[in-house]
Amino acid sequence: MRTLFGENILSPSPRPAPPSKTNPFELSFQSSVGASSLSSSSTSSPRQNDWLTQHIQNQQRLSAEAANNHSTSNVSSRKSHARRKGNPKLLFMGMRRSGKSSIQKVIFEKFSPAETLYLDPTTRIEPATMESFIKFESAELPYNLPFTAPDFDRDAIFASTGAIIWVLDMQDEYYHSITKLIETAVFVLENYPRINFEVFIHKTDGLSEEYKYDTFRDVRQRVADELADHGHADGGGIAFYQTSIFDHSVYEAMSKVIQKLLPQLPAMESLLNKLCSACRIQKAYLFDTISKIYLATDASPTFLKDYEVCSDYVDVIVDIKQIYGWQTRGQDGVLVTDSSRESGAPGESLITYDKSGNTYIYAREINDYLSLICVMGQGSTADKRVLIDYNVSILNDALQQVFKL
Amino acid sequence: MSTAERGKRHKQRKVLLMGRSGAGKSSMRSIIFSNYVAKDVRRLGATVDVEHSNIKFMGNLMLNLWDCGGQDSFVESYLTNQRSHVFTSVAVLIFVFDVSSKEPAPDLLSFASTIRALQEFSPNSKIFVLCHKMDLVPPDQKHTVYQQKVKEIRAVCEDEGFVGKQVDFCSSSIWDQSLYKAWTSVIYFLVPNATVIENMLQKLAEVLDAREMILYERTTCLVVTHITRGDESHNPYKDRFERISSILKTHKHSMSRHTGQMPSEVAFAEMQIKTGAFMFFITRLTENTNLAVVMPSDEASFNAARVNVQLARTEFAHLDIVEKKGKEAHNYNAPRDAITTSDDGDVDSQTRGRLNDD
Ligand SMILES: Nc1nc2c(ncn2[C@@H]2O[C@H](COP(=O)(O)OP(=O)(O)O)[C@@H](O)[C@H]2O)c(=O)[nH]1
Ligand SMILES: Nc1nc2c(ncn2[C@@H]2O[C@H](COP(=O)(O)OP(=O)(O)O)[C@@H](O)[C@H]2O)c(=O)[nH]1
Ligand SMILES: [Mg+2]
Ligand SMILES: [Mg+2]
Repeated sequence: MRTLFGENILSPSPRPAPPSKTNPFELSFQSSVGASSLSSSSTSSPRQNDWLTQHIQNQQRLSAEAANNHSTSNVSSRKSHARRKGNPKLLFMGMRRSGKSSIQKVIFEKFSPAETLYLDPTTRIEPATMESFIKFESAELPYNLPFTAPDFDRDAIFASTGAIIWVLDMQDEYYHSITKLIETAVFVLENYPRINFEVFIHKTDGLSEEYKYDTFRDVRQRVADELADHGHADGGGIAFYQTSIFDHSVYEAMSKVIQKLLPQLPAMESLLNKLCSACRIQKAYLFDTISKIYLATDASPTFLKDYEVCSDYVDVIVDIKQIYGWQTRGQDGVLVTDSSRESGAPGESLITYDKSGNTYIYAREINDYLSLICVMGQGSTADKRVLIDYNVSILNDALQQVFKL
Repeated sequence: MSTAERGKRHKQRKVLLMGRSGAGKSSMRSIIFSNYVAKDVRRLGATVDVEHSNIKFMGNLMLNLWDCGGQDSFVESYLTNQRSHVFTSVAVLIFVFDVSSKEPAPDLLSFASTIRALQEFSPNSKIFVLCHKMDLVPPDQKHTVYQQKVKEIRAVCEDEGFVGKQVDFCSSSIWDQSLYKAWTSVIYFLVPNATVIENMLQKLAEVLDAREMILYERTTCLVVTHITRGDESHNPYKDRFERISSILKTHKHSMSRHTGQMPSEVAFAEMQIKTGAFMFFITRLTENTNLAVVMPSDEASFNAARVNVQLARTEFAHLDIVEKKGKEAHNYNAPRDAITTSDDGDVDSQTRGRLNDD
């Protein structure tokens, strides 16, 4: 299994570091987090907050590095890059009926997988946005759009794109798709090198593990060989994922794609690491509650099944909140945008198991859109709750600063 | 405890699950009782002859479910040489119609001959007709298709002498919570002491000042009963009980995948959800049931409620034991017995008892 600390994810250098003041992440860290950690340490044991201080120093170092990289390796296309706005922009490409529309409908519009069966073919560029904590913007390019033609307004499409997701239907004859993929990848690498190129080897449902594995390797190998022929021996930094809309794999893949576009990722990751070690949490995810995309997780090994159980648990909470939050619901959003903060009772949920009384899953709302979901380790009984509560509220404060909520 | 012993103590209720081949009988049974998920049911083989399952439900109720293979040759034998064996002492017949069936006329004929046999051997049994696979009907036609189907089937029932409340209709699909709604009505009908349980829950709800309480069976997640108080009766989610069944069942599968346990073994001790608008917890009430409690958003009364439900367990366990002891217990427990309707294990008289309740 890949961990999120793969070098291309952790390293801040490939990320855009736009002129410093527009980056909310940098701004907030120098000023307000320091202040908030000070104020909380005055009311409680100061040692508890050491990790935050240390963390801030790390962040300052990281962002300094990022700034250096920025000044030394300035790429002209960077200015027009929209990532500094913080809205990850995704562009779906691939053959007809490979599943591009389906993936967007399922993740951003909450279609059930079965409902995608009769989707109409996409003939124009179809943009979709989802207003959640992060405003996701995605669009689908019809497969036959002649974007390489010289008179085509490429910048209109590619200049603001953060990641291209190439969807490859593995249940279909895919050699043609690979040829097109290479064509596109080479074009993008040469003209828009800042775009992340991601390949979803899609529709893995109903196939044997062995077949999936062989196909995955086959596709990767072919793409690598062909790219090498075109002078990109390093593989062009393309990442591959196995996905299906019938299970959690497509959400996990999307999470990883989106994380690469978030300048706040290293900050969130290190906050989660500290939380996990302070509270002996086995695995912690920071979820975008509505999309169920996770924005960050701690550095411990990442297993799909941990994500699954947390993601399913988000569903349980959201569904129950919908059913019983009817009295306070203002807009028709999925979430109850209640007075939790005024009443001093942040949304919180947990499950304990029969014999041990251990907390198994612990969930905590950061705000209306963000939730922290933790798979707890052994021995996380009630007496640890105070510690967890305390640390989660520190994390909460820090995240508020990271995102300037 | 041996199964034979168990069998004696528990109240056996014979439930026939019938309908033509491919109607979806085994799929439903597997999802509700055997912890399959909807997308797994394509793996089920055709049902050969009758598959019996004994399902212990609510401490003292034992469902004796007969999933009757629907191929014409089997149906033939149920109606001839096995006729009395199959149709004697039936408490409930669940007959499943595939709304997308290409052969609606033979479906109705098969139904007619089935209930004719039922009329002969168990004239007081209750019939639940499920119009199944409703997901295959386009949303704008669902209502008319269902009404039409009900009309046709009701006419057949009346011809065969089953009238009024003796026949209930439900629409269902394995792909949404309607499946739980349909089976919940079956279960509610079968649970012998539902009114006693309801009375006790009502009292508990008042003590806790709960907004709502839902009692459900742990394995199937089917809702046995619920108490709704005050403003909660205006809750716009009228289908919330079957939704909650479906949510909890899905959760059970999710936990089972994560822990590597069988879905049947997965049992959390408590689930809590606290928000600024309400507070919610689920905990065990009796051996086979969990209680979900919805409280106003107030930490103190929430914690008091959790303690009180724990204390109430003994009360409810007591109810279970009285029921379990069967006949001997009756003599010494006349008042309770009086409320629980007849307890003799005589299917027909019980059926009548509950029919009158409605
Ligand atoms: N088996 C399977 N089918 C899928 C999956 N994703 C999409 N499909 C189906 O593929 C077909 C084409 O999907 P669509 O999204 O319209 O493709 P597009 O042309 O790339 O936008 C639809 O019938 C979908 O139901 C998947 O993960 N597994
Ligand atoms: N679309 C749809 N298909 C269903 C539903 N219930 C069952 N099926 C399908 O119907 C087929 C026959 O089901 P089965 O349970 O074996 O029928 P039985 O012969 O009555 O036991 C299976 O392929 C199921 O997947 C439903 O609610 N909707
Ligand atoms: Mg499309
Ligand atoms: Mg069958």
